Amino acid sequence: MRLANIFQLGVKELRGLARDPMLLVLIVYSFTVSIYTASSATPETLNRAAIAIVDEDQSPVSSRIISAFYPPYFSVPKLISPSEMDRRMDAGLDTFALDIPPNFQRDLLAGRSPTIQLNVDATRMSQAFSGGGYVQSIVSDEVSEFLNRYRGASTVPVDLALRARFNQQLSKGWFGSITNVISSITMLSIILTGAALIREREHGTIEHLLVMPVRPTEIMLSKIWSMGLVVLVASALSLTFIVQWALNVPINGSVTLFLVGTALQLFATTSMGIFLATMAGTMPQFGLLLMLVLLPLQVLSGGSTPRESMPQIIQDIMLAAPNTHFVMLAQSILFRGAGIDVVWPQFLALIAIGGVLFFLALRRFRRFLR
Amino acid sequence: MNPPAVPPEQHPAPPVVGLAHVGLSYGATRALDDVTLDIPAGMMIGLIGPDGVGKSSLLSLIAGAHVVQEGRVEVLGGDIADQEHRRRTCPRIAYMPQGLGKNLYPTLSVFENVDFFGRLFGQDQEERQRRIADLLEATGLAPFPDRPAGKLSGGMKQKVGLCCALIHDPDLLILDEPTTGVDPLSRRQFWQLIDTIRRDRPGMSVMVATAYMEEAQGFDWLVAMDAGRVLATGTPAELMERTGTPNLDAAFIALLPEDKRRGHKEVVIPPRAEGAGADIAIEAEHLTMRFGDFVAVDNVSFRIPRGEIFGFLGSNGCGKTTTMKMLTGLLPASEGIARLFGREVDPNDIEVRRRVGYMSQAFSLYTELTVRQNLDLHARLFRLAPESIPARIAEMAERFGLEDIMETLPDALPLGIRQRLSLAVAMIHAPDILILDEPTSGVDPVARDAFWQILSDLSRKDSVTIFVSTHFMNEAELCDRISLMHAGRVLVSDTPAAIVEQRAAHSLEEAFIAYLEEAISERAGATPAAAPVAASPAATSPAAVVPAAAAVPPVAMPAATEPPAAPRRFDARRMFAYTRREALELRRDPIRATLALLGTVILMFVVGYGINMDVDNLSFAVLDRDDTTLSQDYVQQIAGSRYFIEKAPIVDYADMDRRMRDGELALAIEIPPGFGRDVARGNKTVEIGAWIDGAMPSRAETVRGYVQGMHSAWLTQKARELYGNAATVGDFQIALRYRYNPSVQSLVAIVPAMLPLLLMMIPAMLAVLSVVREKELGSITNFYVTPVTRFEFLVGKQLPYVALAMLNFAMLVAFAVFIFRVPFTGSLLALSLAALLYVFAATALGLLLSSFMNSQIAAIFGTALLTLIPAVNYSGMIDPVTSLQGAGAFVGQIYPATYFMTIARGTFSKGLGFAELAGSFFPLLLAGPVLLGLGIALLKKQAS
Repeated sequence: MRLANIFQLGVKELRGLARDPMLLVLIVYSFTVSIYTASSATPETLNRAAIAIVDEDQSPVSSRIISAFYPPYFSVPKLISPSEMDRRMDAGLDTFALDIPPNFQRDLLAGRSPTIQLNVDATRMSQAFSGGGYVQSIVSDEVSEFLNRYRGASTVPVDLALRARFNQQLSKGWFGSITNVISSITMLSIILTGAALIREREHGTIEHLLVMPVRPTEIMLSKIWSMGLVVLVASALSLTFIVQWALNVPINGSVTLFLVGTALQLFATTSMGIFLATMAGTMPQFGLLLMLVLLPLQVLSGGSTPRESMPQIIQDIMLAAPNTHFVMLAQSILFRGAGIDVVWPQFLALIAIGGVLFFLALRRFRRFLR
Repeated sequence: MNPPAVPPEQHPAPPVVGLAHVGLSYGATRALDDVTLDIPAGMMIGLIGPDGVGKSSLLSLIAGAHVVQEGRVEVLGGDIADQEHRRRTCPRIAYMPQGLGKNLYPTLSVFENVDFFGRLFGQDQEERQRRIADLLEATGLAPFPDRPAGKLSGGMKQKVGLCCALIHDPDLLILDEPTTGVDPLSRRQFWQLIDTIRRDRPGMSVMVATAYMEEAQGFDWLVAMDAGRVLATGTPAELMERTGTPNLDAAFIALLPEDKRRGHKEVVIPPRAEGAGADIAIEAEHLTMRFGDFVAVDNVSFRIPRGEIFGFLGSNGCGKTTTMKMLTGLLPASEGIARLFGREVDPNDIEVRRRVGYMSQAFSLYTELTVRQNLDLHARLFRLAPESIPARIAEMAERFGLEDIMETLPDALPLGIRQRLSLAVAMIHAPDILILDEPTSGVDPVARDAFWQILSDLSRKDSVTIFVSTHFMNEAELCDRISLMHAGRVLVSDTPAAIVEQRAAHSLEEAFIAYLEEAISERAGATPAAAPVAASPAATSPAAVVPAAAAVPPVAMPAATEPPAAPRRFDARRMFAYTRREALELRRDPIRATLALLGTVILMFVVGYGINMDVDNLSFAVLDRDDTTLSQDYVQQIAGSRYFIEKAPIVDYADMDRRMRDGELALAIEIPPGFGRDVARGNKTVEIGAWIDGAMPSRAETVRGYVQGMHSAWLTQKARELYGNAATVGDFQIALRYRYNPSVQSLVAIVPAMLPLLLMMIPAMLAVLSVVREKELGSITNFYVTPVTRFEFLVGKQLPYVALAMLNFAMLVAFAVFIFRVPFTGSLLALSLAALLYVFAATALGLLLSSFMNSQIAAIFGTALLTLIPAVNYSGMIDPVTSLQGAGAFVGQIYPATYFMTIARGTFSKGLGFAELAGSFFPLLLAGPVLLGLGIALLKKQAS
C-alpha cells in the first residue's frame, strides 16, 4: 500500500466532485438550508400546544386556571362547550381539553374533593406525553395559590428549584440542529461514496484503475479520505456558521474534539457506503437500500428519541451502529463540555465499528471488482 | 461550405428534409454550424464522417428528438419545431439512436420490446400481433421472441431495434450508426434486410449515419460531414470522381479542409526485422472463461513475440474484451494459463501491471481531469520518479501532439485527439506491452492513420508488443498477424494475407464472413439453440438470407400511399404501454420489488418498536446534606417510582458536575442542610435543588414533568400528615384521560404515523428513478420521438408504482393490526381511499423531481432529502403541525403527509370515517393532480 497512490486517487475524486454542480448544490443545501429550517422549525416540546377549556364553573378559580395558559407554551385556550369537545378532538384541533365541572370552586372549598377532567390526544406523540404532566402541574399550582390566598399557609413550605443543566431553556432547536448535522453527515457520506462507486462501475472507470499498479485497499482508502474530508469540512463550516452563528446555539465543549469524533464517524459511514454499493447491483437498488439503512440510523440512534426508552434488544442492536455512539459523543462534547476522558469509550467504539465495516467492505469490494 | 444544389429535374419529388442555416451547441461545443441542405426523398441517404462531427446531432434534430436551436428544419413538408406538425408527423418517422440496443429495454423480451413500440403508436392487439409476426419473420428473429433483449448479440439487438422502428410503417427511417460494432456477417444481413424493405416500400426515405465507408459505397446519395459542417454531397461515384480518388475513404480525406489533411500520409508499417523478438511477450494457453453456463472464451491459445502488432478481430460480445481482461489479470481465467514475458499472470502481482499499458474500450480517461492532470495522475500511479514526471509528460505531449491542449478537459476534445491522449496515458510509464481494446472506433480516417503510424513506430522502433482488438477490416490488415474470433472461439490465426489466400477471397472481410459461416453451420449442426445467430434459419448461408427476407408477405410493408392519420391527443393504449413496460421491468427485477415491499415492513417493525415516548429507567442520584428521615422519605418517593433508578449518592458538587457531564445522571437532587428541621417548624421556605440533564430536551421535559408531579404528590401527603384534615380543604383531583390510546402505548401512536412516512419515501424513490434511469441510459429517446404525450408517459409510468405502493399499504396495515396489535377502530374504506390518493401524490412528487434531475445519484440524494426530512419533521409525526413555526410550518401545511397522518391516526385510533375526516381529504385530493400537473409542465418532450 502506498500513501502517494491513496493521495493521488483521492485528489482525483475531489476534482471529480468539484465538476458535478448538482451534487455540490445538494451538499451545500443539506448543510445549510436543510439544517437551518429543520432546527428553527422544531418547536420546544410544548410550543403552542393546542388547548381547549370547557368552563362549566365560571368562578374566580376557573378563570384563574384559564388565564394560566398562554403562549408560547400553549395556544390561547379556546373556550368551548362540552358538546364541542369530542368533535374538536376527533378532528385533531386540540391536543388537550380541560373540563372544569360545575360548582368546582364551591366543592373545592368545602373539601369535597372535586375532579377536573383533562383529556389528552394520546396519538399526538411527544406533546401528549410530556405535556400532560405540565398541564397538571399548572392547574395544581393555580389552585393551591388560590387556596393559599384564601386560607393562609397550611401547606408544607418546600419549594422545588428545578434547573436544567447544559441547556437551561430546554431549547429543542439546540439539540435538533446537532441531530440534523449528524443526519446530514451520515446521509452524505454514504451517498457520496456508495453512489459514486456504482456510477464508476456503470461507466467502466473502476476497471481502468485495476490495470494500474494500485490495490483495492488504496482505491477504497482514497475514496474514504476524500469524501470524508469533504463532509468533515462541510460539517465544520456548518457547525460554525449555521449552528453557532445563524441559530445561536451555544456550544460548551471543544469543537475540535467533536470534529475528531466526526472523522471517526465518517470512517465508519463511508465504509458503509462502499459496502452498500457492493451489495446493490443498480442505482434503484442502492436507493432503496439507502432508505432502509438511513431511517433506522436516524430514528433509533438516540438523536430523535431517548435511547433509554427503546426496548433493550433495540438498544443493544443499535450499539453496532456508528450513529448511536456519534450521537452520544456529540451530546457529551457539545453540550456537556465533556473531554476525551469522558468520551473515549465512544471513540473506541467508533474505531471498532469503522474497522469492522472497512474490512467487510474491502472484502466485498475485492469481489465486486472481479 | 454549402453543398451544391441538387438539380431539380433529377429529383422530381419534393425533398423529404430541408435544412436552412441549422446550428446546434452543447454548452461551449459547437455541434452543428450553419448547415443548409435539401435531402431528396425516396432514397437511401448516407451521412459519413467520423464521430463527433455532428451526424448524430443532425439526425436527432430531424427525428424531433432534440430541440431546434438555430435555423429551420423542415421534415415531411412542415417545420419540425412546430409542435403541431411534429405531433402529426412523428408517426411517419422512425428513429433508431446510436448505440447497440440503445432504445431497447434489456430486461424485456424481443417480442415485448417490439410490442411496446406498437402500443406507443396506438395499434390494437390484432394489428400488433400480425405486424410483429411479419417483422420477426423477416429479420430472422422469429425463433427467439422470448429472449431478453439484453442477452442478444449486437447484430440481433440492431435487428430488434429495426423491428421497433418499422412497426408503424414510417415514411422516413432514421438510423444512427446501426451497424457499428456488429460482426461483418450480421452487418451484411442487416443491409440486405433494409434493401428488401425498401423494395416493398419504395416511397420510404432512409437516412443512415455510418462510420464504415465500404457500406456508404452502396448508398444512393451521401452527405460528407466534418466539424459540424457539410463538406460535400452527391452520389458515391460523384464524390470519388470529384476528388479523383479510388475509394470513399480517400475521397473523404481529400474533401477535408487543407489544415486537417496536412501531414496525412498513408500508413506504412515497415516489415519486422528478421529474427527480431524471438522471445515471447504474450502467451495464452487454452484460456477459457465461463460465467455460469455461458462460455465467453473457449479454449483460446496464441503466442505473440516481442515487438509484433497482433490484431484480434471480432464483433461485440465475441469474447475479445474478456480475453484481454484475462491477459491483464483483470479476470482470473476459469481454465488455462496466460503468461506475460514467461511469467504467469497473477492478479495480485502489481509488478506485471507496470510493464503493461492498457487502453480500454469503455473508458480511457477521467473526464473530470485536464489532459495534464490525467497524464500526471497516471505517471504518479505508475510510480515514476517525481522529478522525472514533468519531462516525461512533455515528451509524451510532443510525441502524441498534445502540446496545445494540455489544460483542456477531455470532454471538450474531438474523439481522435482523445484516443491519442488515451494512448499517451497508456504509454506514460513506457510499458513493454500495449493492450488496446478497440482504440479507434469512431475516429476519423486522418486521425486513425496518424494513430496507426504511432503504433507502427512503437512496435518497430521501441519493440513494444502491441495487442489490439478491432472490428475494422482495414485496420486488421495493418497488423502483423490477426486472430479471427467468434462466439468465444478463435477461428483462425495468421497473417492477413495468408487468411485471405486460404479462403481464396477478395478481401479480408469476405474471408472473415466465410470463416463465420463455417463456424455457424458447424455449431448449428451440433446444438441448434446454442448460439442465437446460429439457429437463425436466415443466417445459415448468405444465399439463404435474401430469399428468406424477400419472402416477406407484402402485407407487412404496404406501400406508403397515404400518410397515416394524425395521432389522437390522448390514447389510453399508449399510456398503458408504459404501464405494462414498467410492470414487466419490475417483475423482472424482483430484488427491487422485494426491497420495496419487505423493506417497508422491516422499517415499520424496527421503528415501531424503537421509537418510544415513555421515558423510564432514568438514573438519578442525591446529594443529601440533611440526612434525616424526612429527607430520606423525599428521596424514597422518587426512587420508588418506576421511572427512576437511584445511583450511589453524590459526594459533593464536583462529583455531581463530573457525573452529569459523563451523562451518567439524568437528574441530580440536592437536599439542603436543616431540611427536616425547617419543614417541621414550617416558618421558613426550604428549597430543594434539582438539576436535569438538558442535553436532550425531550427527555429533560419528561423528567421535569415527573419530578414536579412527584414533588407535589409528596407535598400533599406531608401536608395531610402535618396539618391533619384541615389540609384536605383544597384537595382536588385531575382525572387524566388519554384519549384514543388509553394505555398510552407509544406503539399505538407511532405505528399509524409510520404509514405516511413509508408510503412517501419508497414510492417517490421508485418513481423518480424510473424516469431518471431512462434519461441516463438513453431509452428516453423513445418518449421523444413517438406520439406518446407527456401525460401518457408520466401517468403510464406512475400506475405500476401506485399499484405496488397499494400492495405495500395493505401489507403495512395487516402488519400493524395483526402483528403489532394496534387496534383499528375507524373506517378501513376511508383509510384505503386516502392511501390511494396519497401514494398517487407521493409517486407524482417523484415524477416531479424526475423532471429536473438528470443523474441517478442526484435523484437518490434529492429524493432522500425531500421526502425523509419533511415527512419526519414537518408532518406531525412527532410534533403537531400546529405547533411548528417558520418555513417548517409552511412545509407542514402543504406537504401531503400531514393530511394522510391525520387520516391514518383518525381511522386507526379515533374511530373516524369519511364524514369527520373530509377536511383532510380535500388537500390529498388536490395534491396528486397538482404535483403531476407540475411534473407534466416541467417535463421536456425533446432533449435540449
